[in-house]
Amino acid sequence: MNYTLDDILQKHPHAKRDSLIPILQEVQEQEGYLSKEAVKKIGEHLNLSTSKIYGVATFYNQFRFEPLGKYHIQICRGTACHVKGSSKVLDTLQRELKIEAGKTTKDGEISLEVVACMGACGLAPVISINGEFFAGVTADKVKKILKSYRRKVTENV
Amino acid sequence: MFTIEVNNREVEAKPGEMILDTLKRAGVKVPTLCHLPGLFPSGACRMCVVEIDGIPGLTPSCAYPVREGMKIKTHSPRAIRARKTIVELLLSDHPDDCLYCVRNKNCDLQDLAEELGVRERRYTGAKSQYNIDSSSPAIIRDPAKCILCGKCVRVCEEIQGVSAIDFINRGSRSQIGTAFDEGLNISSCIKCGQCIVVCPTGALREKSYIKEVMNALNDPEKFVVVQHAPSISVTLGEEFGLKPGQDVMGIMTAALRRLGFDRVFDTAFSADLTIMEEASELVHRIQTGGPLPMMTSCSPGWIKFVEQFYPEFIPNLSTCKSPQQMMGAIIKTYYSETQGIDPANIFSVSIMPCTAKKFEAERPELARNGMADIDAVLTTRELARIIRMRGLDLNNMTPEGADTPFGERSSAGKLFGVSGGVMEAAVRSAHYFLTGKELTNPKIQELRGLDGIKETRVKIGDLELGLAAVSGLGNARKLLDDIKAGKKDIQFIEVMTCPGGCIAGGGQPLSANIETIMARMKMLYEIDRDATVTESHNNKYIKKIYKEFLGEPLKEKSHEILHTHYHKRDVLM
Repeated sequence: MNYTLDDILQKHPHAKRDSLIPILQEVQEQEGYLSKEAVKKIGEHLNLSTSKIYGVATFYNQFRFEPLGKYHIQICRGTACHVKGSSKVLDTLQRELKIEAGKTTKDGEISLEVVACMGACGLAPVISINGEFFAGVTADKVKKILKSYRRKVTENV
Repeated sequence: MFTIEVNNREVEAKPGEMILDTLKRAGVKVPTLCHLPGLFPSGACRMCVVEIDGIPGLTPSCAYPVREGMKIKTHSPRAIRARKTIVELLLSDHPDDCLYCVRNKNCDLQDLAEELGVRERRYTGAKSQYNIDSSSPAIIRDPAKCILCGKCVRVCEEIQGVSAIDFINRGSRSQIGTAFDEGLNISSCIKCGQCIVVCPTGALREKSYIKEVMNALNDPEKFVVVQHAPSISVTLGEEFGLKPGQDVMGIMTAALRRLGFDRVFDTAFSADLTIMEEASELVHRIQTGGPLPMMTSCSPGWIKFVEQFYPEFIPNLSTCKSPQQMMGAIIKTYYSETQGIDPANIFSVSIMPCTAKKFEAERPELARNGMADIDAVLTTRELARIIRMRGLDLNNMTPEGADTPFGERSSAGKLFGVSGGVMEAAVRSAHYFLTGKELTNPKIQELRGLDGIKETRVKIGDLELGLAAVSGLGNARKLLDDIKAGKKDIQFIEVMTCPGGCIAGGGQPLSANIETIMARMKMLYEIDRDATVTESHNNKYIKKIYKEFLGEPLKEKSHEILHTHYHKRDVLM
């Protein structure tokens, strides 16, 4: 079921600041990210400044402030992937996409997220794009993967 | 009262107070980088740690209450080592560009590094890379110099009720930032500069216009005029080692002439002008049932605060321009006309206790024919810098008088520098306008002092007015919310953005404590006590400008030149 922001806030009548994180989670689940408009409205509802909400939200890795791309890349930075060199993969992704983790490319097509562990340590280093897993990824390999997705973007599939 | 033992000495302590307060009263200096007197301790910086008998670790003295019989060592080798390590760790991620820093020789971090004898770099690591935020016309943020003490965040939230900034991100990526990490210019920042006043390092500073002013002074084509706000003469001396509150009016005027300013005017004159308009506006609103309570409009941080947080009160704001802007406006109209100077060749500088005045000077609605009334605003600190740069010695300078016609003031105009002063000045003139008689006692004691909210009632003829003078916008919030709830019977409200008023403004000399601010305030009251002209309407040059140029208060010409309007602002709040 689709809830609007107002529906979510209505589910938390007379909410105080301790309801902030659950509300942020519900809004992100519904809208995919925390927009300025949403943060402002949540602030009005809880009587909190937007800077405070942004401060809390940036403390946690789970919140994002840009809409997800059409293709959402998750890169695992858990222990096993780290040992197998996922940091280089992340560097490459950020350089190739010209975005930092947590952001979305300017054309809105590809977004990047760092996750702690995907529970697929045997496949390390691992990335997932819209749920599709890629195992044993290296810097070279990830460039090729990106190329294939870029082609999908231009062919608009 | 009971006693505790500090460094083998007996010291009197008050039940419930924090150890740091006891130590301070006993004259034991323990350093701190995050402590804000009067606010709940945050215990963030750990510089104030002491050793307490029976407690295993080191204890932050700012956040631990005294107990009877406590034995404390404030400067044990362990405590000193801990403090030194903290400073060394802070320096490991600090730009170390003290020679190029605006806070050189006036920096808490630098002082502590020196006091604790930091002589080598024991920790090296990656230095955080940040962009400087210079988007605001008033305040520059340099996160690289930030030590994350959190004072700016707390002053913005707890004193000013604005909350434009907060801690963002986590761990080694923590920094202070606005919502969505955007520029200060588009945030809810009201430019008051209280964050600069509490900042222990150079992470926050005013945007400097020294270069623009120097260029104008060196341009033979330019006629450079300067005005100084009422509070400057009682604070500037501190920058040159004089005792707080000393009035350096004549010396400052002489120094400004030596710097090359063609005319030196006193903003207290245009404060008198403001009172003529504002008191008339109050009388008019009372007689016509206009939006009441009327609220003063001299403090630009407050104006932006209303525009963004309380737009429903915009009609309550006096339409009078601030004294800075009134002076700017009459310089480029009346003065330029009578002197036969093309206003385009006038460069108008103001010396203000305030960073928000820099923002005010750039407000587009305050320009006429595309020309700003004020071309550059300098803070008290910037003026001190220019004076030092020019090698002028304030201690060996003969006092001089200001220039006519905008150098003469009543002491009512001078009172604008302290919370409650605008109100006192306005009541003196409103009384005269309504009854034709002067107040027998022009001093309104209830509006004096450093309390955040001061309320009183005055009788003017058969009219009784409820008055409130508020400083610190957190207090303004409380009052506005009470008014909205219908709890107050008040007709006139003075609001000054900074706690205590302009004497404690965001552009004033740094490291002022409550005693310093009291001394500044006392001097303004003394000037008023000893003055011969104590009402704005009795300033003879005010009478003259109305006769020759403006006509009457609130009439066409004054309305065009001395009044303005405000608009709702949509910012991320």
